[in-house]
Amino acid sequence: MTMWTWIRVMVCALVVIYMLVPLAIVLIISFSSAPFLTFPPPGLSLQWYDKFFSDPAWVRSLLVSLQVMVPTAIMATVCGTAAALGLSRSAFRGAALINGILMAPLVVPVIITAAAMFGVFRVWGLYGTLPGLVLAHTILTIPYVLSTVGASVQLVDRRLEDAAANLGARPWTTFRRVTLPLIFPAVLSGLLFSMVISFDELIVSLFISTPTVRPVTVQMWSNIRGDTDPTIAAIATLLFLFSLAALLTEALARRKSGQPDVL
Amino acid sequence: MLARMKADRFMLLIAPAVGLILIAFAYPVFWLLLRSFSDPVWGLHNYGTALGSFIYLKVLWNTVSIAGSTTALCLLLGYPMAYSMVHSAALVKKLLIFVVLIPFWTSILVRTFAWMILLQPNGIINDMLIGIGLIDAPLDLIFNRTGVLIGMVQILLPFMIFPLFSVMARIDTSYVLAASNLGAPPVKQFFRVYLPLSLPGIVTGSMLVFIISLGYFITPALLGGRTDIMIAQLIEQNISEFGNWGLSSALAIVLLVGTGLMFGIVHKVFKVGPDVRTT
Repeated sequence: MTMWTWIRVMVCALVVIYMLVPLAIVLIISFSSAPFLTFPPPGLSLQWYDKFFSDPAWVRSLLVSLQVMVPTAIMATVCGTAAALGLSRSAFRGAALINGILMAPLVVPVIITAAAMFGVFRVWGLYGTLPGLVLAHTILTIPYVLSTVGASVQLVDRRLEDAAANLGARPWTTFRRVTLPLIFPAVLSGLLFSMVISFDELIVSLFISTPTVRPVTVQMWSNIRGDTDPTIAAIATLLFLFSLAALLTEALARRKSGQPDVL
Repeated sequence: MLARMKADRFMLLIAPAVGLILIAFAYPVFWLLLRSFSDPVWGLHNYGTALGSFIYLKVLWNTVSIAGSTTALCLLLGYPMAYSMVHSAALVKKLLIFVVLIPFWTSILVRTFAWMILLQPNGIINDMLIGIGLIDAPLDLIFNRTGVLIGMVQILLPFMIFPLFSVMARIDTSYVLAASNLGAPPVKQFFRVYLPLSLPGIVTGSMLVFIISLGYFITPALLGGRTDIMIAQLIEQNISEFGNWGLSSALAIVLLVGTGLMFGIVHKVFKVGPDVRTT
């Protein structure tokens, strides 16, 4: 091997360590039997998970996150998929503009979205409410569903839909029996994306939630700067495992349907 | 007539998403931006404060310099990584992609928290370095620029690697082979042939990382120093601590215009859209 190859391999090894080790350490510490953050832990225990699930504030915040995540994922997936279909199946002028509007929440820095929603949601009575959080998260996740499903809709052979229509299928039947099965892996990806993004969202939630209706990430945020005990490592691990499960499900769905991988 | 009806039906499919975004996103953002001209009284005084005082200019400079450093470090680490991902055996390639994807899907808060545990004065890195006798006193790794960069580079690295990967995967290696057959030494093959061919990936990745860095909040807030803050922190502070909507909103416009200009340039010159996850 040449010197350059050595350097490249070393950098790669460094990147792999850099990407994975911090997460691995949080995972290990969350099972620590020590009363404070120490590594390596002297022994293993589930005390921090126990502490998490027996603390009403943490449990309530976890429930809020779930109550926000489920409607968000459904609304974003339905609206995003419908918009992706509508945009791809029509050649009207302004389609690019509409696409731009729908992608805007991804482009505008989240801090601006957060401040803007905070200002307006207070006036609308949505500040500190579940519907407010659901609405905000839906806005933030629609672009992901749109781009994921949009890419897949482009690949659908239009002649299959035409054939169904020629054989007398109504538009809804054509969608349900022809188009949806073809784009289903992308719709599932969109759903999983929106679940993960909603569950992990912090900045907008920080602005529009109150101590009584507070998602788990905001609860983490408000505890993270105090004395960090391993309870936060436990919830961090739960969040991480949730993301990992979503990622694996997504990869599996792609594999099964014979769709290409993300890359 | 039939075509018109069809178009209407498609509009109906788009309507819910567009409606939601116009009402609950576009309107609030517009409302916020208007505050920069109207709060507390009409005029451009907020821009005078945001762009005319030393403290705020320093925050703007911090923001640009942190985003620039993050981008440079991401490129330095991401380029060899992407190259290895493209030019490895199938199994190694899959593993490396997974290594990049796992943190990518993990919450920024979780990853930043991990760095808090690692970088603290009595954190794992300092404990280990002292333990093996490499240093006597703990290094200042957190609540300063070092901590911010360590955290941000790790979190933004995938945004550099994915565009590089997708461009490199399409490079026809027979060009490099041709250069080699014509007697070019490996270094020259790389700098004269491979690097120029991978340039679109470098540009896209760098722009993405730079633009996303400009608006970063969580990582600098948790890993950075109290005096070395970025524009997003300044916006947050002015709203939640001082209720100064006018100034926050002027800063938001500065950030938005900066981000918008960047996206505009990338989109016009390099034909790259904002959908990052699916590239």
